[in-house]
Amino acid sequence: MKKKTNSLWTHIRRSPYQSIAAVLTMFITFLLGGIFLLTTGVSFAILQYFESKPQLTVFFLEKAGKPEADTLTATLDATGKIASTKFVSKEEALAIYKEQNKNDPLLLEMVTADILPASLEVTAKDPRFLAELEPVIKKADGVEEVVFQKDVVDALLSWTNAIRNVGGVLAGLLGIDSLLIIMTVIGMKIALKKEEIDILKLIGASPWYIRKPFVVEGGLYGLVGSFGAWLIIMSMILLFRSSLVSFLGSIPIIQSMLGNMLSTNSLMVSVGFFMTMLISGFLLGAIGSLVSLGRYIKL
Amino acid sequence: MIQLIHVSKDFGGAKKALSDISVEIPDGEFVFLIGPTGAGKTTLIKLITREVSPTEGQVVVDGEDIATIPESQLFLLRRKVGMVFQDLKLLMDRTVFENIAVGMEVLGKTPEEIEKGVTDVLGLVELSDKAQLFPIQLSQGEKQRIALARAIVAGPTILLADEPTGNLDPETSEDILEILKEVNKMGTTIIVVTHNAQIVDTHKKRTITLKAGELVSDEVKGKYQFTKRAHHEGKREHKEERKDHEKED
Repeated sequence: MKKKTNSLWTHIRRSPYQSIAAVLTMFITFLLGGIFLLTTGVSFAILQYFESKPQLTVFFLEKAGKPEADTLTATLDATGKIASTKFVSKEEALAIYKEQNKNDPLLLEMVTADILPASLEVTAKDPRFLAELEPVIKKADGVEEVVFQKDVVDALLSWTNAIRNVGGVLAGLLGIDSLLIIMTVIGMKIALKKEEIDILKLIGASPWYIRKPFVVEGGLYGLVGSFGAWLIIMSMILLFRSSLVSFLGSIPIIQSMLGNMLSTNSLMVSVGFFMTMLISGFLLGAIGSLVSLGRYIKL
Repeated sequence: MIQLIHVSKDFGGAKKALSDISVEIPDGEFVFLIGPTGAGKTTLIKLITREVSPTEGQVVVDGEDIATIPESQLFLLRRKVGMVFQDLKLLMDRTVFENIAVGMEVLGKTPEEIEKGVTDVLGLVELSDKAQLFPIQLSQGEKQRIALARAIVAGPTILLADEPTGNLDPETSEDILEILKEVNKMGTTIIVVTHNAQIVDTHKKRTITLKAGELVSDEVKGKYQFTKRAHHEGKREHKEERKDHEKED
């Protein structure tokens, strides 16, 4: 037999422009959807990182240091609301700064321990106690500034929520758009093959035999579109990897994944992302086809 | 066994397409279904494949009232009942081989089974050398034989042939009949709708005669009873009836 009579390739070849339109729409949907998915994942990692950090950092005046920190620690301990404290001296602050900027010698040249303040990292038993502790800390000797991690987390949270909402709505709209395009393309193909479908029904073809080529065709559009989107996203990640590492490298999970793309974690995430994109691409296309089949032919 | 029990079909025209037809066709029988144009022959065989449903009465195939078969399971009935359509319904963009193969593909046969089945049936209809041609490259008689081959390749237990010798010369018509008789010898029930008086008279098989939707006769070794004039009258009545339908629409 030279070819399978119910050839999927024939379906696609006979209307190439509609097929290209369907694949491109799927590609754009999954490109934005994929970027949105990754952005959400990274935002989540950043949030977790900041939430795991001490809840409050007290920076001391230039001349203040360990004695003022000890006094403040004793005062805070007396309230019974403190889980832990950690003093970071000027020298330790310099060591941390050097470690964070080891790849950028320019940033290290002019910095000495003298210009970095000593600090005290404070974790309360309950974040709600922080507001009560703030006046106590501000009144203490040698304190220059109090930074609440909560403020950073809240700011991040509002940003990530905004990204999630806007991205979610956009991805949803594009998903609906893709579904409608697939339904239209498959609908046109069903109309073109109406006579053949009627013949197949009369000679005993099962409903699934008739539906299968259309469902697979829709799925294939989704598969090709989402694969293209995955390829572009991965290429962009590889291209901007070093910039991403220097910008977000202080977050351990991102450092571990982008630092070594062949690590187990990195590979698992990449494969998971690949599979999610492809499976959802296939499903979106196949569902579009099924809806179209239900609408245009009664089996 | 096919049973039509007090079957009537009304399309809403001035006259019923079929009126109170009761017929039994046992397994393995060869039947000619004759009558002038508009007599209801095609409607009757469409009832057996449930392309149309009766207005009254029951159509029973192998003990099952086919009205009770759910739409989603209808394909099982149509696998049992092969059909050679009056307008052939060939797939013009597929080769002879592919047109016949589709009859087996819908059954989920393997490519090897399809290859063998199609080759065998091409031999039976004597079109082995035309397997890779397209229908448009064939004569009317060859097209008729492809339609017949597609219907028999799947091994149906009942074969309905609607005017399989229409527009064919006597010799080709006889060839088609011989193939149908071969298939019948294998145990398949055959119902042939025809206007061809010569083949009905020559083969002397059971002949059911319809006229204006009514059963006129059912003879074991029947012969063609209609003159050309009866045909013309039938055609005229049929045309008038169609005009009535169009007016109603």
